[in-house]
This record gives sequence, C-alpha cells and structure tokens, in this order.
Amino acid sequence: MARNKPKLAVWKFSSCDGCQLSLIDCEDELLAITEEVRISYFLEATRKVEKGPYDVSLVEGSITTPHDIKAIRDVRKQSKVLVTIGACATAGGIQALRNFRNVKEYIQCVYAHPEYIDTLTTSTAVSDHVPVDFELRGCPIDKHQLLEVLNATLNGRKPNIPHHSQCIECKQNNVVCRMVATGTPCLGPVTQAGCGTLCPRHDRGCYGCFGPMETPNTAALAAHLKELGASGRDVQRLFRSFNANAEAFRKESESHG
Amino acid sequence: MAETRTIKVEALARVEGEGSLSIKVKDGLVKELHFGIFEPPRFFEAFLKGRDYREVPDITARICGICPIAYLMGASQAMERILGIEVTKPIRDLRRLIYCGEWIESHALHVYMLHAPDFLGLQDALELAAHNRGLVEKALRLKKIGNMLIEAIGGRAIHPVNLRVGGFYKVPTKAQIMALRPELEWALETSLATVTLVGGFEFPDVVQDYNFMALRHPDEYAIHEGRLVTSSGLDFPVEDFLKHVEEEHVPWSNALHGFAKDGSHHHVGPLARYNLNYDKLSPTAVAAAKAVGLGKVVRNPFQSIVIRAVELVQVCEDALKLIDGYAEPDRSFVEVAPRAGEGHGCTEAPRGICYHRYRIDKEGTVTDARIIPPTAQNQKVIELDLWKVVQANLSQSDEAIKWRCEQAIRNYDPCISCATHFLKLDIARE
Repeated sequence: MARNKPKLAVWKFSSCDGCQLSLIDCEDELLAITEEVRISYFLEATRKVEKGPYDVSLVEGSITTPHDIKAIRDVRKQSKVLVTIGACATAGGIQALRNFRNVKEYIQCVYAHPEYIDTLTTSTAVSDHVPVDFELRGCPIDKHQLLEVLNATLNGRKPNIPHHSQCIECKQNNVVCRMVATGTPCLGPVTQAGCGTLCPRHDRGCYGCFGPMETPNTAALAAHLKELGASGRDVQRLFRSFNANAEAFRKESESHG
Repeated sequence: MAETRTIKVEALARVEGEGSLSIKVKDGLVKELHFGIFEPPRFFEAFLKGRDYREVPDITARICGICPIAYLMGASQAMERILGIEVTKPIRDLRRLIYCGEWIESHALHVYMLHAPDFLGLQDALELAAHNRGLVEKALRLKKIGNMLIEAIGGRAIHPVNLRVGGFYKVPTKAQIMALRPELEWALETSLATVTLVGGFEFPDVVQDYNFMALRHPDEYAIHEGRLVTSSGLDFPVEDFLKHVEEEHVPWSNALHGFAKDGSHHHVGPLARYNLNYDKLSPTAVAAAKAVGLGKVVRNPFQSIVIRAVELVQVCEDALKLIDGYAEPDRSFVEVAPRAGEGHGCTEAPRGICYHRYRIDKEGTVTDARIIPPTAQNQKVIELDLWKVVQANLSQSDEAIKWRCEQAIRNYDPCISCATHFLKLDIARE
C-alpha cells in the first residue's frame, strides 16, 4: 500500500532561481528524495500542482512587491514547516541594495514607463513578514546543507548547521589564512561557515555569501581592513553585497563610506 | 454565434522564473496574446552604478542561477576591453572549458527534465522516472558532469567563485583537469544517444521565418568569443550590438522586449547558432544531426530540443579536446591599473547571446551598466510562435491548448529570472 508521503512545496519570490536549482542539482539524491516526499508544488520542475496544506515548504527569494507580502502569508498558512533558502530569502539578497537608495529613481532610470512597475521600496527577508522555522544561508545555499535540513525536518530534529565563522572552517581544513599570509581583505572572521571554504581555497578572500555568523565583531574586522589599506568605501562595498540587509552587515556598512 | 474564449496560464512551470500567458480568441481567431513576465524587477543595472569594476562579474552572476558563467564572463570581457587586457591562450581555453560545463548542465537539465516530458505527454521528469528510471538516472549523471566541470574550475556549480576580470583567482592543476576525462567520455556517448532519442520525438509542423543572430568564430563553434552575425547577412563586432537591437517596455511584462531595429523576427539561442554556425560543428555532431534527419537549416522551433542534444555532442567533444590540450599557465590572471572607458562583452549563454555594456571612471567605479539577456530578446518571437500554435490548435480543449503553448514557450528554455534584469539605463522621458 502506498505510504502517505510528506508533501513538499518549493516557492519562489524575487531571486535568481539558483537555490531551488540546488535541489535539482542533488543529482545523486533527487530520485531517493522523491521516494520519501511527495513533490506537490515546484514550478521549476513540474507543471503538476497539488493543493496545500504542505508538510514542508522551501522558500527562495525576497519580498519586493505588495503581491509578495500577500503570497508569503498564504504560503505560511498552508505550510507546517517553512524553511527559507538562500541570501534573498534570509536577508533580502543583492536586490536589497535598493534599501540604501531611492527606489523611484531606480525605476525611472531603468524603465521607460514607471507606471507599469509595481514594486516595494525595499527588498526584505521572508522572516520580516511571517514566522520562519529555519533559515538556510548562502548565495547560493550548499546542497549538502539543504539535504541535512530536509532530512532533519522530515525526522523532526534540529538541523545540524554550524553558525560559527568561516575562520574556524579554514583552520579545520588546513587552509592558509589569506588575510594573515597575503593581506587579502576577507570577510571570513564575521561570515558564517558552510560554503566549503571555497574562496580561501582559491586564493581569494571570503566575500560573505553565507551572511553574518552569530555575534560577529564587524567593527574589529573593519578596523583591521583599514589597517591593511582599505578605504571607507572599500569596507562599505565589502559589507554591502549579497547579504547587505542582514542586520550586522547593514549596520557596519552604514559606519563607512 | 460569436464565441469568446479566454485561456490563461497563470504561472508557467518548468521554466526559470515567473511567467504567464493570456490569450483571447474571438470567432475562431486569436485576437490578443501576451506572454507576460511578472518576475519582479531587481534593478541590477541601477545598483551596479558606484560599484568597483572588479565586483561586477560576481554581482551580475546573481542575475541567474542557471547560467552564471554567461554573466561572469560577459562582464569580465567588457571590463578587459576597457582596460586593454588580453588574456593568455591557456586562460582563454580554460574559460571555454568551464563554459562547456555550463552548456552541458543547462542543456541536460532542459532537454530531459524540462522539455522532454512535453513530448512524452508527462507532467515532469519524475513521472518519466516512474516509466524509465534508468533514463532519468542517465540524464542526471549527464547534468552532474556539467556541474563537475564547473566545480573543478570554478569552485562551485552555482555562482562559481574562481572567475575574475583578467582570468581566474587560481588555476587548476593538469591532474585535476585530466581527472574529468573518463566521465566526459561517457557524457559524449550519452549525448549521442540523446540526439537519437529526442530526434525520434514527434514535432508539430511549425516553420517560421526568423532572423537568427549568434556569435560566430572563425575556428570554433562560437561560445565565448566572436563577431555577431545574422541570417539576413549582417556581420558586426559585439560593440555594435545596440545599433541593431533595441528594447521596448510593454505593459504586460516586467522584462523589456528586445527587438531588431530592421523589424525582422530576431531569434537567438540553439536554433540560431545551429543555422548560422553549422559549418563549425564537429563531424561527430553533424553526423548525429544528419542521422535524425536534420539538414543545414532548421526553422521549426519545436526541434530546438534536438539541436540542444546536438550541441551537447559538440561541447562534450570540445571539452575533451580542451582537457587534453590544457597546460597550467604560469599566471592565473592579468591585472592592470584601472582607466576610464566603455566596454562591451557578449557570449552565448545556453539560451542565446547575452550582451553587456559598462562604463567606468578612472578609479574603476562603474558609471553605467546595460545588460540584455537572451530571453529578453526572444520574447517577441515566442509570442509570434504562440499566435501560430494557438491558431492551429483552436479545435482542441483549453487544457490541450495550454499545454501545447507551454511546450512552445519551453522551446526557448526561457530564463525569466534573467529577462527581468535587462533593464534599460538610458533615461527615456515622455
């Protein structure tokens, strides 16, 4: 007899589609996942749509239009567990750079007919609008972390996702510190680990895809970056990228420029 | 009796991003048809202003999670033109190799997971797996090989971290590159089998008079370098793109419509590349195309799935050659001091040409940005195809028409997330 599989829904708001693609990128696991859950709503992958309620909803993208606000409330109502995936959903994404500027000016300099465009002046995280059960960081998310969160959620346990800094991960992986060895600016000391130590392994400073770690000391890092020769503008740019609207990064960026 | 039918597809499935379709039919004739993009605007061109030129590739990559290489590379090339940087041959070849990875991943995803189900009357690839699990496993392995290539060179499959203006942060070793070979040999065989499989599908009889545009290179099937050519006979450098393509803002779409200034049916993507660069395909790819009955000219948009499979053969073979020829360069990138100027970049994203233009000041700060992705350019021909498809299928049920229209839109592998970001920066005021 067919089991009653938990129903999974994948939703998209303002985003690049990369985080939901991470689920399809689980090439070795995808068919096994579909044996354990029933994909009830996932427009990127299927035209089949099943009505809610859903046991687990994965939400990609940030809230940028009046319609998004209504839609995310509706998703919340229909979902037992709501997990946000990626920097857009957890912090507003790169499009949150509008939060620091005048959005009317943006629309005017971009579209010939501003009256056709319906948008909010901000791009914000899903958790600014509805309660969220778990936030999975990354720009994009790491697919192994996604599998861990799905696994944990389906089994009613807490996901085992570290909240410590990238520095810890570099040490664990015997990666030479870029900032100490070469003076390369690096957000590693204040950024949550989880990407797999990608940039430092490629002779590059961390650029903060995974957003702030828990209790980051951004001011100390900013001071150190300036000692290395960075200007106020450089520091501001570093904190203002894919997680620009995450509170710790936003506040630090506002002290420079 | 006058009869009015309204057919709506509120949210298109199996495309990247959010699109919709609305059709009005009156007295047996299509009266109105809009392919809409309701993906909210993200204003990339606006917030790129004021950023450092070195940040632009990583920022624009976030326009699209499916084809980040197209953005990383187009932006890097544009900056290199401004700065007068000429990358070395090993860097150039490594770029082509990682781009092959993006094509393999994207084409395998689209052919098997997104498009093939339409031809088989199935809702999705998971239904396909229920019928033929082995086939979907092969498709996923093929897709994974594309990602493996991107990861080996770029660090990660989505938004790779290792590409930069002037080259790469760190180049892979010869051994790391050679390790990719066995899987790619399998990928080549599987791509050939893919051509045979999808070449046997049934195709609705639609032939269109498109004006194709694609990159063309004297020595290779163009992906990341070349001049732009059209089937109407134009041949011009990337810098002149905006002399030939313009955009307009229509009320039903958050993506500007790109169109050819000469009024022709501008069409970019696999079909355009195949028709314009047939003579640059490898003998293996040509033989595979011939074996399923494709000639030098293909103007049925529904056959784009076969062309994608032929291109899979092409890039798997190209990748194998690039792997064999790879020699670790002494330097992973070229760097020069910034200078003011304007630069253009254009590469063949899996779904067609993706154009970039930037201006920077003498400190290297961006003062102007313009990006025109492929789906933007194809919106008009998508609508053109749909008029024909709907008119030809009016005797069918709304549900059947809807599905056929979705399939016709998926012919273009539309990347709607991309399309909403080709935002015009020139201020047009009425």
